[in-house]
Amino acid sequence: MKADITLTVNGEAVRETVEPRTSLADLLRDNLRLTGTHLGCEMGACGACLVMLDGVAVHACLVLAVQADGQKVETIEGLNDSGLIKDLQETFHDRNALQCGFCTNGMLMSAYALLAGNSDPSRDEIRDALSGNYCRCTGYEAIVDAISAAADHRLNKAKGAQ
Amino acid sequence: MKSPAFEYVRAESVADAMSAYAEADGDAVYLSGGHSVVPSLALRLQAPALLIDLSNIAALSGISLHDGWLRIGAMTRHVQALKDPLIAAHAPLFTAAAPFVAHPAIRNRGTLGGSLAHADPASEFPAAAVAMRAELEIASSQGIRRVPADDFFVDIYETAIEPGEVLQAIHVPSPVAGQVIGFDEIARRRGDYAMVGAAVQAVSRGSGLEDVSIALFSVGNHPVRARKAQAALTGRMIDADAIADAQAALEDDLDPPDDPQFPASMRLHLARVLLGRVLANLEAVA
Repeated sequence: MKADITLTVNGEAVRETVEPRTSLADLLRDNLRLTGTHLGCEMGACGACLVMLDGVAVHACLVLAVQADGQKVETIEGLNDSGLIKDLQETFHDRNALQCGFCTNGMLMSAYALLAGNSDPSRDEIRDALSGNYCRCTGYEAIVDAISAAADHRLNKAKGAQ
Repeated sequence: MKSPAFEYVRAESVADAMSAYAEADGDAVYLSGGHSVVPSLALRLQAPALLIDLSNIAALSGISLHDGWLRIGAMTRHVQALKDPLIAAHAPLFTAAAPFVAHPAIRNRGTLGGSLAHADPASEFPAAAVAMRAELEIASSQGIRRVPADDFFVDIYETAIEPGEVLQAIHVPSPVAGQVIGFDEIARRRGDYAMVGAAVQAVSRGSGLEDVSIALFSVGNHPVRARKAQAALTGRMIDADAIADAQAALEDDLDPPDDPQFPASMRLHLARVLLGRVLANLEAVA
């Protein structure tokens, strides 16, 4: 039996009717055409589908749309439009932290969640935060560089503002 | 892959959940964080007619102290094991184990109760529960019972939870003065399933270690209490001889599975190396 759900996606109220087996990722991609949430493994291993759910990063492939009923979802499109990850996007570009780009949205989501809770992460902490994100192109080094550079920029900016 | 079709119901109480299970004639699966259940559906390892979501049940949440025991609601997320000060103070092996459990986004959703009920032989929290001598609170239609962790883990993916019953909470006895703990694992990559893991706690007195409790995981079908190694350490100060004796005792404690990629002898060797590391780095928690 299909279920009616209401959730907030990137600040907008969404009402949908879904089969219980529909994942949050499929709801975002197929119903809402928010295809920035990528599907790689569909079993929680690759991290390409990360979204923010009520403020924490989760795998959209491992959350059923019905479980997200009443909750707030932020996708890569929402983060992009908000400007909150502009600096990360720039350092990813500057450091060549993407090649094919398939993993990048999940990487940015992990980076955003990491920096929200830790303004000065070590390289080890960055690597730990990315441990659930697969990249098959870059070898990760450039991605760690990019996140580290964005954190440094934010810290310098905060110091300058004092 | 996509999951097969199923019905979904969000239970508001444990009684509600158990009656939904009964009405489905047992063709149902309880859903907590969903981070083992949902992939198992996507991989079509199981195809229940009904998923019963437990996440809204108040009785399964909350962390509180009662008479020297910490009660941790089954719905407590892994990330809370990492960050909650009550868990850090009163169930420190869960806090020590949490960084090894999967990856940050998984820890945001996965639950302690789900991990224990799932009973993956390679997972960390079950071994921590055994080492801490935790007790598991299980609700059935007959009432509520508490099962010691030593009796809870029965076999691979099999626990003392009977069909339809619900794991409500984990009770952990608070550390006593002089308590020390250690937790570590050997995995190929960060967040991967452990090749071997060890959870240790003991009470350090002037005369030596007492109440030594050692649980190893990924060495058999469920967490294994290393009784001979415990006995080898009891009453002794930690030194190279004591550690060597405990490592030697693992020969009798363990009967690891044998497979071509990972022979039993290699697992036993790694278990000894790891136990040595953990014993050499025990930390005081009380």
